[in-house]
Amino acid sequence: MQILNHSQMLQEYFGIVKKPDQLIIALAGNLNVGKSTLFNSLTGLRQHTGNWPGKTVDNAQGSFSYRDKNFLMIDLPGTYSILAHTAEEEVARDFICFGHPDVTVIVLDATSLERNLNLALQVMEITSRLVICVNLIDEAKKKKISIDFITLEKELGVPVVATAARQGIGLNSLKESIYQVAIGSRELNPTQIKYSMEVENAVLKLLPQIEKFRFDKLFNPRWVALRLLDGDEKFIRNITLHLNSQSRWAVTREAEIAL
Amino acid sequence: MITYGSKKQLEELKKEAEKIRLSKGNIIGDTIVSDIFNNAEKLAHKVVRQGSYSVNWTTKTDNILTSKILGYPIMLLLLSTVFWITITGANMPSEIIATVLFGFQDVLTRWFIMIDAPNWLHGVLVLGLYRALAWVVSVMLPPMAIFFPLFTLLEDLGYLPRVAFNLDHLFRKANACGKQSLTMCMGFGCNAAGVVSCRIIDSPREKLIAILTNNFVPCNGRFPTLIAIGTIFGAGAVSQGYQSLAIAGIITILILLGVGTTFLVSWVLSRTILRGETSSMVLELPPYRRPKIGSVIYRSIIDRTIFVLRRAILVAAPAGAITWMLGNIFIVDLSLIGHVAHFLHPIAHSIGLDGFILMAFILGLPANEIILPILIMSYISSGHMLEFDNLVDLRNLLVDNGWTWLTAVNTMLFSLLHWPCATSLLTILKETGSKKWTIMAFIIPTTIAFTLCFIVTQIAHFLFI
Repeated sequence: MQILNHSQMLQEYFGIVKKPDQLIIALAGNLNVGKSTLFNSLTGLRQHTGNWPGKTVDNAQGSFSYRDKNFLMIDLPGTYSILAHTAEEEVARDFICFGHPDVTVIVLDATSLERNLNLALQVMEITSRLVICVNLIDEAKKKKISIDFITLEKELGVPVVATAARQGIGLNSLKESIYQVAIGSRELNPTQIKYSMEVENAVLKLLPQIEKFRFDKLFNPRWVALRLLDGDEKFIRNITLHLNSQSRWAVTREAEIAL
Repeated sequence: MITYGSKKQLEELKKEAEKIRLSKGNIIGDTIVSDIFNNAEKLAHKVVRQGSYSVNWTTKTDNILTSKILGYPIMLLLLSTVFWITITGANMPSEIIATVLFGFQDVLTRWFIMIDAPNWLHGVLVLGLYRALAWVVSVMLPPMAIFFPLFTLLEDLGYLPRVAFNLDHLFRKANACGKQSLTMCMGFGCNAAGVVSCRIIDSPREKLIAILTNNFVPCNGRFPTLIAIGTIFGAGAVSQGYQSLAIAGIITILILLGVGTTFLVSWVLSRTILRGETSSMVLELPPYRRPKIGSVIYRSIIDRTIFVLRRAILVAAPAGAITWMLGNIFIVDLSLIGHVAHFLHPIAHSIGLDGFILMAFILGLPANEIILPILIMSYISSGHMLEFDNLVDLRNLLVDNGWTWLTAVNTMLFSLLHWPCATSLLTILKETGSKKWTIMAFIIPTTIAFTLCFIVTQIAHFLFI
């Protein structure tokens, strides 16, 4: 059996070619939140675009450096959720879940934070290596909306950065937060969605069975349980597809960490 | 060594999850989504403060146009206003064009006599081909040239997405996808385009529902027919002053009936052969835009008016010639058209039409634009050789051939609900890749059209005769 490392896995399943020293950043967010503006101002002209393998969904990649690290940023399609109702949502979710980016940045629209938080909360169930970027704070100011960022960061348990990408405001603190999460110098404790009793009970019932698989290094078992209970056929199909390669990749990653 | 279990173990896990899911009455998925929303709401309330702020006019306008109380009335008002302007505005130009074109027919006839052309050549070319063209242009061009710019204007202003938004929850109630409201709006332009636009719906079940019901909104090719018949027959029904208002009302009701049928059929389909759960979607309302006059004119005149007219002319010209020939080739003592119409008459009569109308619908399968021209040509060719100068004569022609208001109503209903045109059917075959669903797309509307016209006719006969 061939043993894959992270870059081989990214290439095989997502068509992403990364240089050995590059860290992978996934950029997710709702539509019309200035995600592309942010992507462009971070990566400048070092971009190239293509399609996701087997999907008619655009895929843009761009690179940048900060301090001593090089980053490859993947611009995921804009989605309102990652419950995989559409091809875009499936692409975004599969990459965050199976592509194991070093950092996932979620861009939120400051003028409609409530709707945007839905996506953030969903992603926080999958990965803890997150930076929340609240963009369009200039627009929010115009609409007299004020956001308590300190409380928001405390509630979410992951770094929160306020930006106005069009004016270039906050981009440096965003890079700093990405860097800190990437090298693991930030304590991350993403808040988890509290579900109704019947859902929580169902999850508890299913968890022991999932823990038998011991893939908690790859996926949050609670999240896997929720998807199974949701009867999400696409996820069940994709996890079957990916598990084999993931286990191969996990072996090398464990070895890398041990070294 | 890390192992993640075999495929078999995963299958077992899946089964166990399925068991728990179904034991809760299959509502866990919905509960998960609403719990996520509740969490986000609570969090947002903790951190967001909205200062006093006057909402911008887009939000204000949206609140009115998409409000629960005013949304539908405004929609109806706009729709009937558009029809009213079309009908009022189209009358005069129609008369003028008809006068000019039929005047020229006499000139043509004189030329044919001058060069001593045989009678049949004059018949095919002037009485058949040219006259069909003249009818298409004078009856269809003016309403199109007014209706399409108005419709494009509403589209360009950004009003159509609001219509989709208003209709969204009705589609959900019918267990169909909210995006179907968008594909339905596309269908008002062209049903084939509407069918293609169903690609935006991801769930195969909901996509099929949208494809199968797209035909129930009248396309560019059917609007002029509806407006023309409505104008001709609505005119006599009420006193002079309110005529165009009444006609606009009739057309609006007809459109509502089409939309209503769309809901009803979607509802029935999703409870019978296309059962399943509704998927969610988010509809983003684009900002209102100042319409670009140039692009409105270009799109409505070139893309729509000229396109539809060209298609009508291309098919109507040969159809006119052929219809004339069929009307003038006699077997025993009846023309070919007469034979066909005679054959169709019993079934047509039971649904309030006559053999000629049903034949026109059948011959009109390639394109809905030519149904009215074929009908007119077959009436003219079948013996009632009258002089035609204007639209009043068209009404007389129809009345002479036994049309009543009931015939007009049934013709409009049949036009609204009958089988899709050949282009749409081919598109459905291409999009679904299935002969079965293409046949369904033919059978469902046809059955509905026949049934409804039958019921209307029988009730009318029962009440009035």
